[in-house]
Amino acid sequence: MNEQTVGITLRVNGIRNDVDVPVRMLLSDLLRHELRLTGTHVGCEHGVCGACTVLLDGRPVRSCLLLAGSVDGHDVTTVEGLASADGTMHPVQQAFQDCHGLQCGFCTPGFLTTIAAFLDERPRPTEDEARAAVSGNLCRCTGYQNIVASVLRAAELLGERR
Amino acid sequence: MKPAPFTYHRPRGLAEALATLADVGAHGKVLAGGQSLMPLLSMRLASPEHVVDVNAVPGLDGVEVTRDEVRVGALVRHTDLERHDAACTAIPLLRQALRYVAHPTVRNRGTVVGSVCHADPAAELPAVLALLGGRVVAESTGGRREVAASDLYVGLLETCLRADELATAVVFPVPPGRSRSAVVEVARRGGDYAVCGVAALVRVDDAGGVDDARAAYVSVGDVPPVLDLTEPMRSGGPDAAGAYAVSRLRCEGDIHASAEYRLHLVGVLTARALREATA
Ligand SMILES: Cc1cc2nc3c(=O)[nH]c(=O)nc-3n(C[C@H](O)[C@H](O)[C@H](O)COP(=O)(O)OP(=O)(O)OC[C@H]3O[C@@H](n4cnc5c(N)ncnc54)[C@H](O)[C@@H]3O)c2cc1C
Ligand code: FES
Ligand code: FES
Repeated sequence: MNEQTVGITLRVNGIRNDVDVPVRMLLSDLLRHELRLTGTHVGCEHGVCGACTVLLDGRPVRSCLLLAGSVDGHDVTTVEGLASADGTMHPVQQAFQDCHGLQCGFCTPGFLTTIAAFLDERPRPTEDEARAAVSGNLCRCTGYQNIVASVLRAAELLGERR
Repeated sequence: MKPAPFTYHRPRGLAEALATLADVGAHGKVLAGGQSLMPLLSMRLASPEHVVDVNAVPGLDGVEVTRDEVRVGALVRHTDLERHDAACTAIPLLRQALRYVAHPTVRNRGTVVGSVCHADPAAELPAVLALLGGRVVAESTGGRREVAASDLYVGLLETCLRADELATAVVFPVPPGRSRSAVVEVARRGGDYAVCGVAALVRVDDAGGVDDARAAYVSVGDVPPVLDLTEPMRSGGPDAAGAYAVSRLRCEGDIHASAEYRLHLVGVLTARALREATA
């Protein structure tokens, strides 16, 4: 069978991409296989683990639950888009390093994108709010304590930057 | 590629969407937020020949609040409604229920109308629609009709909507004055589907007595049941209402909970929801 394709335009980390994709291609696969942005990780591929979380027009979404065709005309930010152009880490990335918020790192891209968007809306979260904010992301290594500490540390770093 | 091959349609207007649905008929599936449909496609539990992606249809993303009702368009995401102060002031039950729907990341994409149409008995919004006596606005090339919640749900994951119909909105009626509500549930982890959940709506009179009390249930049976709890609530309070609910409902067991445990939760959570609503 000849695979149907669709032409889409999407901005990824500020860069415009015009691509032809098979209509059944997932956004996660477009990012990883076609655009070679392998920072977005894929775990469960059915919306449960959160590893594939990217920002769609600034809001966290599961890239494994989106058809690439559905994001035509929209803005996507992946974990690669968090750091500054000169390579300075995003405060959330810095906080994960400071607080030992990762071990194997598989889940980390999903946490970083989720937390970056969360802190935009809630710059000074309580510990409970920080914990709730990451409750949709699974981590098999850390036990979450240092991830929650990283959220609070990132909030401090962002506050200092302001 | 995970999903089986399908023909993809991305209509840019309502008329085009309805014409496409009429054309593909029973071989088509509407794609809204995809938070339920995409996992089914990727696991190949569903393999429709046509997928009709309605995300580019303009005019479906509005929330309208009047004195009598809250009307939610087909592309309103859970998060949009949760943050809509006018809607959630008119019907606090909406926000009370939405915070239990999955995690924020899923709520950012999943739609209220999609959840109502998916007809999952483990979902909160079908129970809320049933409790409030709401309705769905369904449109097709043949015209528009409104379907009451009591007629909508016909079985597990099954509504009476036809394949050529698009639900363009759901309408939640504003409960009468002096109504109070609460939603409580038990889930294995925050954000998971409920093992059992209860949404309660109580109307009190001037003296603080109970005028009307009812509850709708999540993860109990194939379609969301609604019980009138006014009598037991008047005669014996929340605990009597809980015992009455246990006597009226039937539960199934699954890997998360036995039927007995789930029915136990029906009683405990009914009382808890009523207590919270009348606190
Ligand atoms: C990890 C995870 C956890 C979740 N936990 C919960 C939970 O705790 N509680 C809960 O309620 N939900 C939960 N969900 C499901 C979520 O709420 C979905 O958003 C919702 O069920 C479906 O809405 P959607 O817009 O994504 O619909 P889609 O997935 O796009 O569609 C679902 C079904 O409805 C049909 N449909 C959608 N829109 C229309 C329309 N306008 N007209 C006609 N038919 C239509 C589709 O054809 C399809 O059959 C969870 C999902 C995930 C991935
Ligand atoms: S890979 Fe998308 S949520 Fe797990
Ligand atoms: S660091 Fe290994 S899964 Fe989270």
